[in-house]
Amino acid sequence: MAADAVGGILLAGITLYAVLGGADFGGGLWDLLAGTTARGRAPRALIDESITPVWEANHVWLVFDLVIFWTAFPHAFAAVMIALALPLWLAVGGIVLRGAGFAFRKEITRLSLRRAAGATFAFSSLLTPFFMGTVIGAIAAGAVPANASHASLAVWTSPTALLAGFLFVAACGYLAAVYLIGEAGRRGGSVMKTYFTRRAQAAAIVAGALSLAALVELHHSNPALYGRLTGRALPLIVLSGVCGLAVLALLTAGRPRGTRLIAALGIAAVVWGWGVAQYPVLLPGTSVTLTNAGAPASTLVALVVLFIVALVLIGPSFALLFTLQSRRLLGAGEDGVLPAAGPAGRTGRPAAALPRQPSADRQPARAARAAARAMIAVAVLARWLRHR
Amino acid sequence: MRAHETALLFASRVAGQVVPARAQMATTLGFHIILACLGIALPSVVLLAEFIGLRRRDEVAMRLARRWSQAMGVLIAVGAVTGTVLSFEMGLLWPGLMRSYGAVLGFPFAVEGIFFFLEAIFAGIYLWGWRLLPGWAHWWSGVPIALSGIFGAMSVIAVNSWMNTPGGFTEQNGRITSVDVWQVFFSRSAVYEMPHMILAAYMVTGFTVAGVYAAGILRGRRDRYHYTGFALGFVPAAVLTPFQIFVGDTAARAIAHDQPVKFASMEYVARTSRHVPEWLGGVYLNGHIYAGLKIPYADSLLVGFGPGTQVTGWDTVPPADRPPLPWLIHLCFDLMVLIGFLLLLAGLWAAWEWWRRRRLPPQRLFWAAGAVSGVAAIIAMECGWVVTEVGRQPWVVYRLQTTAAAATTNGGVLASLSLVVVAYAMLGAATIAILRMLSRRWRRGDLEEAAIPYGPPPWAADQATGPAGP
Repeated sequence: MAADAVGGILLAGITLYAVLGGADFGGGLWDLLAGTTARGRAPRALIDESITPVWEANHVWLVFDLVIFWTAFPHAFAAVMIALALPLWLAVGGIVLRGAGFAFRKEITRLSLRRAAGATFAFSSLLTPFFMGTVIGAIAAGAVPANASHASLAVWTSPTALLAGFLFVAACGYLAAVYLIGEAGRRGGSVMKTYFTRRAQAAAIVAGALSLAALVELHHSNPALYGRLTGRALPLIVLSGVCGLAVLALLTAGRPRGTRLIAALGIAAVVWGWGVAQYPVLLPGTSVTLTNAGAPASTLVALVVLFIVALVLIGPSFALLFTLQSRRLLGAGEDGVLPAAGPAGRTGRPAAALPRQPSADRQPARAARAAARAMIAVAVLARWLRHR
Repeated sequence: MRAHETALLFASRVAGQVVPARAQMATTLGFHIILACLGIALPSVVLLAEFIGLRRRDEVAMRLARRWSQAMGVLIAVGAVTGTVLSFEMGLLWPGLMRSYGAVLGFPFAVEGIFFFLEAIFAGIYLWGWRLLPGWAHWWSGVPIALSGIFGAMSVIAVNSWMNTPGGFTEQNGRITSVDVWQVFFSRSAVYEMPHMILAAYMVTGFTVAGVYAAGILRGRRDRYHYTGFALGFVPAAVLTPFQIFVGDTAARAIAHDQPVKFASMEYVARTSRHVPEWLGGVYLNGHIYAGLKIPYADSLLVGFGPGTQVTGWDTVPPADRPPLPWLIHLCFDLMVLIGFLLLLAGLWAAWEWWRRRRLPPQRLFWAAGAVSGVAAIIAMECGWVVTEVGRQPWVVYRLQTTAAAATTNGGVLASLSLVVVAYAMLGAATIAILRMLSRRWRRGDLEEAAIPYGPPPWAADQATGPAGP
C-alpha cells in the first residue's frame, strides 16, 4: 500500500519534471534552431525571459525523483545506475552544460563569448532529454537486469530506447513551443505568437509520428510491452493521442487558449500510461516490484508523510512563483544585460525593456500592487502568529 | 565454484575502481561544497545588506545587496548543477552504498529535497524581483532562501553524520527491515557536525565577501562602498569564529569517543595510552614523526581535561581497518585549526581597534589578512572535509560497509574522472571569470555615475519603481 503510494509519488514527480523541466529543455531546442544572431533575437529573448526565473525550481524535480527512487526502491536504483551508467553520465553532462551556459550567457557582454555560452546552453538542452529518453526506454523495454554488474551499450541502444530518446526531444520541443505561444501572447508579440504556433504544430506532428513509430516498432520487437501498453494502459495512450490532436486542431484554428494545459495533459498521460503498463513491476523482465525493491515499510511511510508536508510547503510557493512570473513581475536585476537583445545585445540597459514596451506602464503596476498586498497579508499573518 | 570466481572478479574490478571513484567524489564534492557554503550563507549576507539599505535608506548597502544578488544568481545556478552531479554520483559511483543503505540515508536527502525546492523557488522570486516587487515584500521573499539554506545543510550533514555514526535501523540477512527516521536524521554525530558545517558556511561566505572588498581597499579604493562591503561580510564571520572554535573543540572530543580511529589519525595516537602528547605539525612515516612539535600530555588534557586521560590509538583495529595517509589527516586537521585561530586573531584585532578608536585597523597587514581570509576559510573548510572523509576510510558507513564494497563495478571511472576534472576546471574558471567581469562592469558603472554629477545614469529611470527608488 505504502509502496504503491510512493510509486505514485515517483510517477507524479517524473510527470512534473517532464511537463515543467522538459519545457525548459525544449526552450533550448528552439534557441538552437532560432537561426542567426539577428534573426533569432526575438525568439531567444522570449525563451530567455520565460525560462529565467523558473528553470532552477523546475530542475529540482529531477533531484526529487532521484532521491525518491533511491530511498524507496534502492535495489532497482542500483541496477539502473550500473546498467545505464553511460547515458546517465551523458545526461548529467548535458545538465551541467545547460545550466552553466544559460546562467553565464546572461552575464556575458562580449558577443563571441555570449554566442559560445548560448550555443552551449542550446546544444546541451538536447543531450539531457535524449539520454533520459533512452534510459526510460531501456527500463520500459525490460532491458535492465535486476542484478546488473556492469554497464552495457546494448541496453540503451535498442531501437526502442533510441526512439524513446528522439521522442523525448520532440516532446520537450512541443511543450516548449506551446508554452511559448502563451508567453508571446501575454507579452503582446503577435509575430512571436505565429512563430511559435508554427513550431508547435511541427513539433506536434513530429512527436506524434515518433510515438506511432515507437508503437509499431514495439509491436515487432517487444510484444510484451506492446501488449501492456495497449491493454491496461490503452485509455491513457488514447487520451494522449486525443490531447495531441486537440492541440493541433486548436492551433490550426488559431485558438491557443487552453492548449498549454491540454499539451501538458497529453504528456502526463504518456508518463502515466508507461507507469500503468508496467505496474507493479519496477524493472520489467525481472521480479523487482514496488514492494520488494529494498526499502522497509517504515521508510515508505516516512516518504509518504514527507510528501504531504512537501505539498503543503512547496505547492503555495510554486503557485506564488508562477503567478509572479505570469504577471511579469520577475525581470532582471540591477544592471542585467538585456536578454531581449539576444547575442547581439548592447549592454548596460535593464533587461526586458524591449519586448515589454506595449503594455509596460499599466499592467505591471496593477500586478505589483496585488502581489504587494498578498505579501503584506503574509507578513501580517506571520507577525500575528508570532505574537500569539 | 562459480560464485567464488565471480567474487574474485568482483574484487579485482573493485580494486581498480575505488580509487578513481573516491578521487572523482572528492573533486566534485570539494568543488560543490564551496558553492554550497555560498548558497547556505550568502542569502543571509545579502538580506543583511538589503535590511540596512531599507531600514536606514542606505544607498550604498542597497547597491551592494543588488550586486551581490546578481552574483548569487550565477553561484546558485552553478551550485544547482554541481549539486545535481553529486546526486547522480551517489548512484553512478556508489551503487553498492545505495543498494544496501539507500532506504536509510535516503530519508534525510528527501528532507533536503524540500528545502532545495523552497530555495530554488524563492531564489527565482528574490533574484528576479528586484525591479518590480516593493521593498519590504522583496526582502521577505529572500527570507525563505536563507532559512532553507540552513535547514537544507542540516539535512545533507545528517547523511554525512549518519555515515560516521550509523544507527536508527535494523538489518536482517543484508536487508533493511525497519528504519527510525528520527534517529537516522539526528544520529550521534549530527549534534556537532551540523553546527560545525553551518558555521563554516557562514565563515566561508563572510570572509570571502570581506576578502573581495579588502583586496579593493588594498588597491587604494578607500571609499564607503568598499568599507561597507567589507564590514557586511567580515563582522558576521568574525563574530561567529569563536563559536566555531568552541563547536570544533567539542566535536573533536566527541570524535575521540565516537570514531576513535579517526581521532587517532588526527592526533597521531598510535597506541592506546595515557599521558598522550599533542603533535603540532609533523609527518608520520613508518612509525616516526618527523618535524613535529610535541607538547607533552596536551592531547590527554584536550580529550579529558586531565593528563591521565586514556586516548584510544589506531592499534585497536587491524591495519586493514585503519585510514590511509595519517599524515594527510593530521596535517589537514592542524591546518584547519591554525586557520581558525588566525581568523579569530583578525577578528579580535578589528574588535580592539573598534573598541578603542571607533575605526577599523589602518595597517596594511590587517587588510592583507582580510584579503586572504576568504581563501583561508575555504582551505580550512576543505581540510575539515578531508579529515572527516579520509579519516573514516576504509569505511563508507562506519564499521558497516567498506568504500570498496560501495563502489561501482563498472569500468571506466578513470575516464569519467578525467572528464570531470577538465570540466570542473573550466566551470570554476568560467565562474570566476564571470564574477570578475561583473565586478569590472560595476566599477565602470561607478565611474559613469561619477561622471554624471547630477541625476541618475540614463537607464536608472526604469529602476525608479524599485525598492531603492528615491
